[in-house]
Amino acid sequence: MTDIASPSFVRHDLVNERPAPVKTTGFIGWVRTRLFNSPTNILLTILGALLLWFTIVPSVRFLMVDAVWSGNDRTACLAENAGFAVGACWPYIQAKLPQLIYGFYPEAERWRVNLTFVLAAVLLVPMLVPRLPAKGLNAGLFFFAFPVVAFFLLHGGGIKGFGLSWTAGLLELFDDSIIGAGNVLLNLSKTSAVAPLLWVIGNLIVLVGTAIHWLVFPLIWLRDQIQGSGQSVWVDFAVTTAVVCLIAFFLGGGLRTGWRALASSFATFVAIAIVIKLMGLDHGGLPIVLTNLWGGLLVTLVVSVTGIVTSLPIGIALALGRRSTIPLIRIFSIAFIEFWRGVPLITVLFFATYMLPLFLPGNFTVDGLVRALIGIALFTGAYQAENVRGGLAAIPRGQGEAAAALGLSWWKTTSLIVLPQALRHVIPNLVNSFISLFKDTSLVSIVALFDLLGSLRASFSDPKWSTPSTAFTGFAFAGIIYFIFCFGMSRYSLFVEHRLNAHRRN
Amino acid sequence: MSTEARKPPPQIALKIRRALGGKSGWNGIVVQFAFAAILGWIAYEIVSNTRANLENQHIAAGFGFLRNNAGFDVNQTLISYTGSDTFLRVFVVGLLNTLVVSVVGIVFATVIGFIVALCRLSPNWLVSRVGEIYVEIIRNLPLLFQILFWYLAVLAALPNPRQSISLLGIAFISNRGLVIPRPIGESGFEPFLAILALGIVVSLGLRFYARRALFERGQVIRIWPSVLALLFGLPLATMLVFGLPFTFELPQLKGFNFAGGSRIIPEFVALTVALSTYTAAFIAEIVRAGILSVHKGQMEAGSSLGLSRGATLRLIVVPQAMRVIVPPLTNQYLNLTKNSSLAVAIGYPDLVSVFAGTSLSQTGQAIEIIAMTMGVYLLISLVTSAVMSVYGWRVSRSLGA
Repeated sequence: MTDIASPSFVRHDLVNERPAPVKTTGFIGWVRTRLFNSPTNILLTILGALLLWFTIVPSVRFLMVDAVWSGNDRTACLAENAGFAVGACWPYIQAKLPQLIYGFYPEAERWRVNLTFVLAAVLLVPMLVPRLPAKGLNAGLFFFAFPVVAFFLLHGGGIKGFGLSWTAGLLELFDDSIIGAGNVLLNLSKTSAVAPLLWVIGNLIVLVGTAIHWLVFPLIWLRDQIQGSGQSVWVDFAVTTAVVCLIAFFLGGGLRTGWRALASSFATFVAIAIVIKLMGLDHGGLPIVLTNLWGGLLVTLVVSVTGIVTSLPIGIALALGRRSTIPLIRIFSIAFIEFWRGVPLITVLFFATYMLPLFLPGNFTVDGLVRALIGIALFTGAYQAENVRGGLAAIPRGQGEAAAALGLSWWKTTSLIVLPQALRHVIPNLVNSFISLFKDTSLVSIVALFDLLGSLRASFSDPKWSTPSTAFTGFAFAGIIYFIFCFGMSRYSLFVEHRLNAHRRN
Repeated sequence: MSTEARKPPPQIALKIRRALGGKSGWNGIVVQFAFAAILGWIAYEIVSNTRANLENQHIAAGFGFLRNNAGFDVNQTLISYTGSDTFLRVFVVGLLNTLVVSVVGIVFATVIGFIVALCRLSPNWLVSRVGEIYVEIIRNLPLLFQILFWYLAVLAALPNPRQSISLLGIAFISNRGLVIPRPIGESGFEPFLAILALGIVVSLGLRFYARRALFERGQVIRIWPSVLALLFGLPLATMLVFGLPFTFELPQLKGFNFAGGSRIIPEFVALTVALSTYTAAFIAEIVRAGILSVHKGQMEAGSSLGLSRGATLRLIVVPQAMRVIVPPLTNQYLNLTKNSSLAVAIGYPDLVSVFAGTSLSQTGQAIEIIAMTMGVYLLISLVTSAVMSVYGWRVSRSLGA
């Protein structure tokens, strides 16, 4: 028998412990794998750290540590008075804050601006939170009711009539222009080579115009009667309410299913009546504040919100026009979109400021702010059209064909089936366009409107606050405001994109 | 009995409908006529109103004003210009200034953009965060804000010329702008240029030949030594024979300002810095997205073929990424060109500033001047988009093949 207890190939003592493997988890491991895993990376890490050190530390020192926090004029922010190298001069911002937010808006009326801001926030926040209900009502309020209310709040003034007088006025204008066009053709026919043709067409147009004139005559007569009475706004309002509610009732299906439409339109008119009564629009409204007194953040927000609200319908119309099967409309849309996309915004603003007044009748002046708004709406509308077109192209043909198979008309197919899906697809792109619109509003300062940046620039020239650090302080303040808005919007667009792509994640 | 097929019915109405209304039929024709009538009416109103307004303001329409004397000075001109030159010359001066700032901005923006994109793609956490911070800050601030920041805050805070910051003793930065050495042509300049051009042409020919050889016969020809000799050796040899092509005139501080050298106006510096850093942030995102769009398997396949990391990037990843990168990159270049019109805010004499600004206020010819200015930008962007659609067509064709 052999001794099996101690054969030569069996170990007699324990193996020494191996050293622990290099740690790849936790903070130390993370630092090893992400920062110091190779000589190049060590070098890059050091460079990056140095870069951060030389940018962040001076910024923090400027904004907080070395800053002057109180004072009445420039002397507080001079190095010889403060006793150290002065950073940001915050009392300058405190002194200029009203100008940076309201411009020259009269001090007694600034509550109106604040109220508008609050209203906008109250309407906007529920719209942005996807979980909250009643998105349709909310969107309607924000996109239709809010701009009107905000106009009467910010600008002031009242109304003389209501729907009836406006309709009558518009129809009268339309009719006049038709008769005018006919008369022009008749005049031309006296000298032209194709005189008989022009004469026939001109007479036809004048005939149509006269016919329309007799058609709308009762409306105009009614308008004149109402204007004659003392309570013109309220009588007009009552008539308009009755007419619109009746139309809604019959379009909604009459006695069978029309009650719902009747109720909702009646509720809308009650709400409008409350607003008119509250703001006293029927007798003059709030005191008028002309737009050349507006300024600062107010103008920035007014321009961007108006741009957002107006550019989307323009964009949708142009995008649908570009996909239209009617050649003339398609060509017009393409030319329109490519024109506005091909020129810089600043030339558009120059166009709106210098050329637009020439295009309008001499007795018709347009406010400077409105001119800039028109330019920005057209410009942004062209960009939004391209975004919407991307969404429309992403909808499978089958959707439209299925709708057509169900017997829906083009309008119903577009507004109920195609557009809702297409717009939902491109929300991130639309928000990105809104961000660039918000940044582009700063350009209105070039055409003599004082937005946030324009007011800031104007405040630099105040000798009371001219110190070496004034410009940097002002830019830091305005930069923070712009950054908060733009960064907030871009995060929101990311959030929406994430939500929309939920089915693609795994 | 005839066996010929019957002729199809003429269907004249159908043909007319097709010709006039396209796919949309009679409805389309009616809509088109109404639309044309409205457009015509608007155009008529605009023309008649404009005529009446111009008559009231005593402005003569037409481009005759372009031959009048401008009578104002421009502080940066690439071609000779004095106040007694015509408005047409002002237009050309402004256009050249726009093109110069755009080209310089595009070069810097591309370089910075690629560097930032590489930073963002770096596996190093800190470096990618630095790139991200850069992109987020720059993209979320308005461009006009950045231009004014550089011009009103940073450049204005620089010292005056006497205490200017020296860059290696040859260039100086002060609040009057950047002063750099000016090259002065010498006798050997023309032969130098000729030889350089020859070297470039021959190198391109060599490269073409080498690639043909590689693709058709699989023969690898090493061309870089000869290219190096052609591009650097030959011009150096010419320099030895004909003398120096140019010398530099160094700026000297004399009194309160610099004498000699060429001065780059601070407006140009501020505009270039702002435009290139701003556009670089967008370019960085485009490049990053392009490189990320190439599937990971391509890189792995490259390394499984035995290619080095650099060769895989150069031969496999980058060519595929370029297809995604080039169209939006061109768009950004176009944006930069259009954004250079913001020069008007700081008084850099670009097209909008000198032509749509100063000339417009002097002559009052709003329609002609703004139409010309818009036309220039429109032409640039339409030509670019035409070139890009040809490029897209070629790419899609090569992908299909």
